[in-house]
Amino acid sequence: MTDMLSTTRQTAIERTKLVRAGLRRRHLNEAIFRGLGLAAIVLALGFVAILFVDIGRKGIPAFTQSNLHLTVNFDPAILDIEPAPVRADGQSDADFRAANLVWQRKVALLNWNKVIEASLRAAAPAGLEIDTRDLLTIAETDSRHVVRTLFVENPDLLGKTAEVDLLASANATNWIKGNIDRSLGDAQQQLSAPARALIDTLVDNGTISTGFAWSIFTNVDSRAAPASAGLLGAFVGTLYMMIIVIFLAVPIGVASAIYLEEFAPKSKLTDFIEVNINNLAAVPSIVFGLLGAAVFINYMHLPISAPIVGGLVLTLMTLPTIIIATRGALLGVSPALRQAALGMGASKTQMVFHHVLPVTFPSILTATILGVAHALGETAPLLLIGMKAFVAQVPATPFDQATALPVQIYLWQGNENRNFFEPRTAAAIMVLLAVMIMLNGAAIYLRSRLEKRA
Amino acid sequence: MDMVAGKVKMTQQSVNSTMNPTDMLERAIRLTARDVTVHYGTKQALHGISIDIPDRAVTSFIGPSGCGKSTFLRCINRMNDTIEGAKVGGTIKLDGEDIYDPSLDVVELRARIGMVFQKPNPFPKSIYENVAYGPKIHGLARSKTDMDEIVVSSLRKAGLFEEVKDRLQEPGTGLSGGQQQRLCIARAIAVGPEVILMDEPCSALDPIATAIIEELIDELRENYTIVIVTHSMQQAARVSQKTAFFHLGNLIEEGVTEDIFTNPVHKQTQDYIMGRIG
Repeated sequence: MTDMLSTTRQTAIERTKLVRAGLRRRHLNEAIFRGLGLAAIVLALGFVAILFVDIGRKGIPAFTQSNLHLTVNFDPAILDIEPAPVRADGQSDADFRAANLVWQRKVALLNWNKVIEASLRAAAPAGLEIDTRDLLTIAETDSRHVVRTLFVENPDLLGKTAEVDLLASANATNWIKGNIDRSLGDAQQQLSAPARALIDTLVDNGTISTGFAWSIFTNVDSRAAPASAGLLGAFVGTLYMMIIVIFLAVPIGVASAIYLEEFAPKSKLTDFIEVNINNLAAVPSIVFGLLGAAVFINYMHLPISAPIVGGLVLTLMTLPTIIIATRGALLGVSPALRQAALGMGASKTQMVFHHVLPVTFPSILTATILGVAHALGETAPLLLIGMKAFVAQVPATPFDQATALPVQIYLWQGNENRNFFEPRTAAAIMVLLAVMIMLNGAAIYLRSRLEKRA
Repeated sequence: MDMVAGKVKMTQQSVNSTMNPTDMLERAIRLTARDVTVHYGTKQALHGISIDIPDRAVTSFIGPSGCGKSTFLRCINRMNDTIEGAKVGGTIKLDGEDIYDPSLDVVELRARIGMVFQKPNPFPKSIYENVAYGPKIHGLARSKTDMDEIVVSSLRKAGLFEEVKDRLQEPGTGLSGGQQQRLCIARAIAVGPEVILMDEPCSALDPIATAIIEELIDELRENYTIVIVTHSMQQAARVSQKTAFFHLGNLIEEGVTEDIFTNPVHKQTQDYIMGRIG
């Protein structure tokens, strides 16, 4: 009896030894796996940090801008133009408008750079010798348009002076910020020596001051004047597309998912549809662009490079994502809830709309916002439907020509002027990322709030 | 001993219940099932079940796991319709009306035959809304006061009102397991069903909550026809007047509860009751 007991004891001890021997290997494996996981996360975070630091370093300076405060003299000696036509008694509408147009055409033909030049000379120290070309490099090239527009709107200014805020040129801003080493020789500087000296003087006397670059948000794109190029047109274009995506993709996607998951009979056909939806989600976005160009532009004759087409293409692209996410959410609803509803005598539709949808609403909402955010950052399909055109106006309707934020980044990055592709690109990326972070934040906030309530 | 002899013997026995067996067997029959079969795909789950369910009494289905008792219960309010690939044969009649008649609306049927499930499954809504949901979708309340009345009386009948009267707007999922199950019973009662099916209503509850539910079932028997599936033979003995024993998809034996437990006719029933199978 004792013998037997001791043998049992012996085998137990043997067994424990075996387990212990394996234990070290198991712990080692676990440690290795944890280490690898940690390393992966650190690496990923490192890359994200590098990305953000780089974009921030390049982009944040783009949000400050040097401004020129000039006293512009609308000198009749330079501006050889008669006063704006005044409506005479008995003159018809059409006649008056025609006369006004003739006058405006004359205004456009005036040399407004001379006005800018005179104003700059007035602001410069008396007796300074400087070349006209050098002088004009200080103000951004859009200045003459700004002053002209001001005059057209207020024809009474002829012979008077007005205080006008203009943008200093991107090169002048770079010089002031010290983006380019001041000790470099003339050959490596973008501005001539007299212009650089004058800029410094103007900064000292307060004619040039630095402020927040509102122009990024209030101006449309420009090709010639990097300092005045803004995102407003692209932002509005993106906004139109997002609205179209939300109003088309969300109802269609959620409704399809509900039908497929809850009502459609399980058959070969529904299986086939399901496989195809899953495949659609993996189709490269540029293919959707080709499809959009073929169907919406060539066949349906919708306008080229318009947000309506972009919105439709992005809708097609977002649909599979929303359908798959919604079906996943519906699938996750416990059968107990469905049974409870059906057991109470609820019809299938009532079961879905009274019980299943409210429970899945937070997940559907989150998936939708993330899908829309994804669409918002999509560039490739938009290039194929012509949204990479240079558009220097805010689209009034979704049928007007426009670009989108990511396309604007692409356009600026591709510009040959360093003042475009460096700070402007980074600034646009920051704006796009800010919009994305806002959307994702909204998704997280709504999700946590709605789930708490449920 | 054959079936007929067993039944004769049954009627002679006195049952330690509020109702004597003769009474019970003479009661009106609400539900009659004849040759009910269920197939899940190619697998046959029920083989020709025929049984009568008496009015305003508790009928319990007992048997080992997988014996088909829940499947049969789910035939009675056509919950099997919701299962993909389930096919039901035979006839089940409620007051002589075939419930599988294509002209009968399943929504109406489920308003007449309520169901309480194994796991308490209140809606993730307030206690009030849980109870009010059935009357709302079936259009049973004409006004807000009507609805309030239905909710309160249903909660009272389910013995839950005193415990929750101050928090009717709080979520039903916040109650304890036993309270949730009583809420589910209140929810079923609110529609005013004639029959209440209960699928192992106490299997997820502790003994105290179980005792409360059993007491409640005993009270509800006054007004409703109740069919209960249970794993616990003691529960079947305590709450039911009629018992049916299922095994491997067959109805082996049915009769007055007292008889089934004290004097089972079939060996399988005996074995199960003695704890030899199951």
